[in-house]
Amino acid sequence: MILFQILTALGTASSLFLVAAGLTVIFGVTRVVNFAHGSLYMLGAYVGWVVLSHLPQTIFGFTLGCLVTAAIIGVLGVLIEICILRRLYRVPELYQLLATFGVVLIAGNVVQLLWGTRVVTLPRAAWMQATISVSGHPFPVYSVVMMVVGPLVLLALWLLFSRTRWGALVRAATEDREMVGALGIRQNILFTTVFGLGAALAGLSGALSLPQVAATSQMALSAVSDAFVIVVIGGLGSVTGAFLASVLIAVLQTFGAIIIPQYVMVAVFSVMAVVLVLRPNGLLGRAGKGGRAMGDLPKLVEGATKLVIGLGVIAFIAAALVPAFDTGYVLSIMQDALIAMLFAASLHFVMGPGGMPSFGHAAWFGIGAYGAALSASSWNLPMSESIVFGVVTASILAALVGSFMIRLSGIYLAMLTFAFAQVIWALATQMTGFTGGDNGILNLWPDGVFASPTAFYALVLALCAGGVLVLRRVLFSPFGFALRATRDASARAAASGIPVGPVRHVAFTISGGFAALSGGLFAFAKGSVFPTYINVSHSIDALIIVLLGGIQTMAAPVVGALVYTGLRDYLQAATTIWPMLLGIAIIVIVSLFPQGIGGAAEHWWARLGSRAKSKGG
Amino acid sequence: MAQMQKTLEVRNLRKSFGGVMAVDSVSLEVAQGEMLALIGPNGAGKSTCFNMVGGQFPPTEGEILLNGGDGTAVPIAGIGSRRIWQLGVGRTFQITATFTSMSVRQNVQMALLSRRHMIWKFWPRADDLLSDEALALLEQVGLQAQAERAAAVLAYGDLKRLELAIALAGAPKLLLMDEPTAGMASGERTALMALVRRLVSTTGISVLFTEHDMDVVFEVSDRILVLDRGRLIATGTGAEIKANEQVRAIYLGTGRTSGGH
Ligand SMILES: Nc1ncnc2c1ncn2[C@@H]1O[C@H](COP(=O)(O)OP(=O)(O)O)[C@@H](O)[C@H]1O
Ligand SMILES: [Mg+2]
Repeated sequence: MILFQILTALGTASSLFLVAAGLTVIFGVTRVVNFAHGSLYMLGAYVGWVVLSHLPQTIFGFTLGCLVTAAIIGVLGVLIEICILRRLYRVPELYQLLATFGVVLIAGNVVQLLWGTRVVTLPRAAWMQATISVSGHPFPVYSVVMMVVGPLVLLALWLLFSRTRWGALVRAATEDREMVGALGIRQNILFTTVFGLGAALAGLSGALSLPQVAATSQMALSAVSDAFVIVVIGGLGSVTGAFLASVLIAVLQTFGAIIIPQYVMVAVFSVMAVVLVLRPNGLLGRAGKGGRAMGDLPKLVEGATKLVIGLGVIAFIAAALVPAFDTGYVLSIMQDALIAMLFAASLHFVMGPGGMPSFGHAAWFGIGAYGAALSASSWNLPMSESIVFGVVTASILAALVGSFMIRLSGIYLAMLTFAFAQVIWALATQMTGFTGGDNGILNLWPDGVFASPTAFYALVLALCAGGVLVLRRVLFSPFGFALRATRDASARAAASGIPVGPVRHVAFTISGGFAALSGGLFAFAKGSVFPTYINVSHSIDALIIVLLGGIQTMAAPVVGALVYTGLRDYLQAATTIWPMLLGIAIIVIVSLFPQGIGGAAEHWWARLGSRAKSKGG
Repeated sequence: MAQMQKTLEVRNLRKSFGGVMAVDSVSLEVAQGEMLALIGPNGAGKSTCFNMVGGQFPPTEGEILLNGGDGTAVPIAGIGSRRIWQLGVGRTFQITATFTSMSVRQNVQMALLSRRHMIWKFWPRADDLLSDEALALLEQVGLQAQAERAAAVLAYGDLKRLELAIALAGAPKLLLMDEPTAGMASGERTALMALVRRLVSTTGISVLFTEHDMDVVFEVSDRILVLDRGRLIATGTGAEIKANEQVRAIYLGTGRTSGGH
C-alpha cells in the first residue's frame, strides 16, 4: 500500500518536474520569471486532448500525441518569446513578470473561448489500465510510465547540457551573466530556443497528465504556483534541484492528502519556509547577485508638488460628491476603486520604499476580510470592532510571518509571499466548517451610523483616503527614510546604526495591517467574503496597480488604482473577451512605459519643464 | 574585563573564503589620535580587514578589541556592524554606498537621525529634522553647494566626500576609510586627507585607512602597515617603510607611486 503511494508520488513528481524544469531553465538563462508557464502546461493539456483524441489509443499513439503536443507548445513558446519577451529583457524583473501575467490572462481567455468552462478529460485507454507486477504488487502501466518519464527527462536534459555546444552555452549563461552580453546575436537564438524548450516540457507535462488530471481553465495558476515552490526549493536555475524538490513536494502532497488532507498546502509552505530559512538560495541554488527586481537607481523622492496636491484635492472633492449624484452603480464602483487604492498603497509601501516585492499581498487583504467577517458572524461584533479585529489579527500574523520573510529578498521573497498567500487561500477554501469554503460567509452589513450606503461610502472614503495619506506621511518620516535607506544601501544603513531587520519587519507589519483594513472594508462593502479575495489574481491586481502607477512614484497606487479599476470594470462590462484585452493592454503598457504610467508622466512633465526653461532662458 | 590604552587592537586575524586565506594572522593596533595607513597591492586583503573590523562579516579566527571608552577592552569580532557602530566605529566603503533615493543633505540627516535615536518616529517630516547640523557636516567636507542634489547623480569624488560626512555624522571614535580618495584627482586627494588629518588633530579620533597614492600616505599617516597576500610584511613610519627592502621589492619596487583600480 505504502509502495503504491510512493509510486504514485513519483508519477506526480515527474509531471511537476517537467513544468518546473522548464521554468528553472528559462529563469537561469533569461532571468525572466515566467508566470505564464502554468498556462503553457494548461495549453498542453487542452491541445494534447485534441491531438490524443484523434490518435489510436495505443501506447504508440499516446507517445506520438504527447510529443506532437510538446512540439506545438514549444513553437508557441518560441512565438511568445519573439513577440513579447524579447522586447522586455532590459525592463526590470517585476515588469517582465507582469507582462507574462498578461500572457496568463490571454491564454486563459483563449481556452475559455474554445472550450468553455467544461472540464476536459481523457479516459484511460486499456493499455494504461493494464497492470504489471512489481515485487508481487500489480501496478497500472500508466503509473509506471509516469514514474520513469521524470528521471528520463532529467537524464536527457543532463546529456543536452553537458554534451552539446548549445548546452554549454546554456550552462555558461546560467552561471555567468556577463557572458550573456558578449554573445551578441547568438543571445537572441539562445533565449528563444531555451524558452521553446521550457514551453515544450510544460506542454509535454500537460498532455502526459491528461489521463489523471482533467484539463480546466483554472489549472494554469495552480500549476505555476507548484512550479514556483519547486523551483525556489530546488534553487533558481538548478534542474537537478528542481528534480529533488519535485520528489519532495510530490511525496508531501501524496501522503499529506491521506494524513492531513486540509493542510497539504500548509505542509508544503512550511517545508518551503524551512528550506529557505536554512538555505536562502534553495537546495542546489547558487548565491545570485541581487537582480534588478524594481529597476535601477531609484530617483530622488520629493514631496508632492503643488500641482499634485491640487489634483489630489480635486479628486477627493469629486469622490466626496459622488453620493449626491448616484447611490447605486457609480457609488459602488467608486467604493471598489477607493478600497483598491488603499490595498495597493499598502503594497507600494512595502515594495517600493521597502524594496520587498510581494506576489501574495492578497493574503493580508483576505485575513482582514475573513477576520472581520468571522468575528462579525460568530461573535456578533459590530462592524467597526470586527474590522479592527481583522486588522489586529493580520498585523500579528504579519509580524510573525515577517520575522522570516524579511530575511529574503528579490524574487525569492516574491515567491515566498506568493506561496504564503496560496496557503491562506487553501485554508479559506478547505476549512469549510470555519470559513464556509467556496460558499464564503454571507450577510455582513454595515450597522449603526454606517448603515446607509451614503454613510458607509463616507467611511470608506475617509479611511481609504486617510489611510493612503497616513502611509505617505510615514514614508516621509524618519522611519520612512530609514526604510528607504535599508533598500538603497543596506550595508551602509547598518554601518550607520540603522536596525535594518527591525525596520523592514515593522514596515512589513504596517503594510499587512493596512491591507487588512482594505479587506475588512471590502467585506462590508460587498456583504460577503469569498476565497477569491485571496487568490493570486487579486494579489496581481495590486501588483499591477502599483507597477502601472510606477514603483518609484509616491502617487503610484492612486493613479494605478484609478486607471486599472476603471479599465477593468469598463472592459468587464463591455465584452466577454476582457481578460484578453486586459492582458494585451498590460503587455503594451509594460513595453511602452517600463517606468509605469505615473513614472512616464513625471518624466514627460520634467521634460516639458526643462524645455520651457531652456526656451525662457 | 581587560584594560587597554589603544583605540583598536587586532590579534591574529584570519579570514578564509572557501579555503583561500584572504587575511592571514594579521595583528595591529591603532592608538588614540593616530592615523594608521594599511597599504598593499590589490587583493592583499585590506578591504577584508576593514569588513571584519566594521562587522560586515565575521572573522574566521582572531580577536578584535575596541576600547570601550573607560579603558575596558570590548571584543567586537563577529558582533555585527550595527553594534560596532554603537561602540563608536564609523566607516566608508571601497565601493561607495549612499542612499540613492535621497538628496545629499538627506543622506547626512539619515545618519544623524540614527545617531539621535530618532529612527522610530513615524510622524514628523524627516526633511525638517537636524537639517542645520547636516549642512554643517556637509560644509566640513566641502559639499554644501551640492546639498540639495540627488546623491545618485554625484560625481565619484563627491560620493566619497558624502560617505565621509555620513560616517562623521555618527560621531565615531574610530574611522575606517577604505580607499577614501579613489576616483579623485590628485589635488583633491591631498585636500581630503588633509581635512581628515585636521579632524584627527582637533577631535582626537583615530583613523585606519587604505590609500593607493603613496605621496598622500606618507604625508598624512603616523604609521604604515604593509599587507601582501593576506600577511603583514612590514610596519613602521613613512621613512622606515620607504627604506624597507621587502616592501620596495613587492610594492614600491615596481616604481608605482600611485595606482590601484
Ligand atoms: N566576499 C568574498 N568572497 C570570496 N573572496 C573574497 C571576498 N572578498 C574578498 N575576497 C578575496 O580576498 C582577497 C582579498 O580581497 P580584498 O580584501 O578585497 O583586497 P584589497 O582590498 O586589498 O584589494 C582577494 O583575493 C579577494 O578575491
Ligand atoms: Mg579593497
